[in-house]
Amino acid sequence: MRNYEMIFIVRPDVADDDVQKLITQMEGVVAGAGGKVEKVEKMGRRRLAYRVHKQREGFYILFHVQGTGDTVKEFERRLKVTDTVIKHLTICTDEILQRAEKFKALRAKQEAKRRRSKPAPAPAAPALPVENAQV
Amino acid sequence: MPGPKEGPPQGDRPPRREGPPGGPGGRKQYFRRRKVCKFCSEKIDVIDYKDVRMVSEFVAERGKILPRRLTGTCSTHQRALSEAIKRARNIALLPFAAGG
Repeated sequence: MRNYEMIFIVRPDVADDDVQKLITQMEGVVAGAGGKVEKVEKMGRRRLAYRVHKQREGFYILFHVQGTGDTVKEFERRLKVTDTVIKHLTICTDEILQRAEKFKALRAKQEAKRRRSKPAPAPAAPALPVENAQV
Repeated sequence: MPGPKEGPPQGDRPPRREGPPGGPGGRKQYFRRRKVCKFCSEKIDVIDYKDVRMVSEFVAERGKILPRRLTGTCSTHQRALSEAIKRARNIALLPFAAGG
């Protein structure tokens, strides 16, 4: 199981009810393909940076999904079939999160190192409490 | 050899190096602020392609990705940033080519 972020754009002339219907339908697709929907985010109506299918605006919907390759395949197939969806993008977030973890760990290590080395010399002492207060 | 006080470039970039005075790098007379990677200094771990406001700071007027030498982004973050910009372009959050 991996984490995916699936974002798609619905035509702006679709009614809100139909958008909601599409969302529930897509949730069903994920569940049917052995995935798990973690979060659905409606990013709302936005101006597109360029014209897509003669549309200048679009309704962005974001799915956070946990699943396998088959889940993604089925999800994307359904999006392609659906006429109201004009664009979609799937991203695997595992590596991004992993990298973020790594950065965080690295920073914590550096912070610890700095704290260990700093208290020893006397001139650094006045600056230290301020730093600690900020953290 | 002139003394260390005579060369005008001495005060340009203080922390860089305390090498021999009057070295070859004496051309840049003006002071240039040292650029710092925004993502490092603000401790942004994830460069999110959905955050258009942040990512579009690093895109030129015509939609090109700004080079590192202009923005001061570190190489790690520049790589992640270019990925994010390309993703944003794919989902129509940023233009491939703006204007014109």
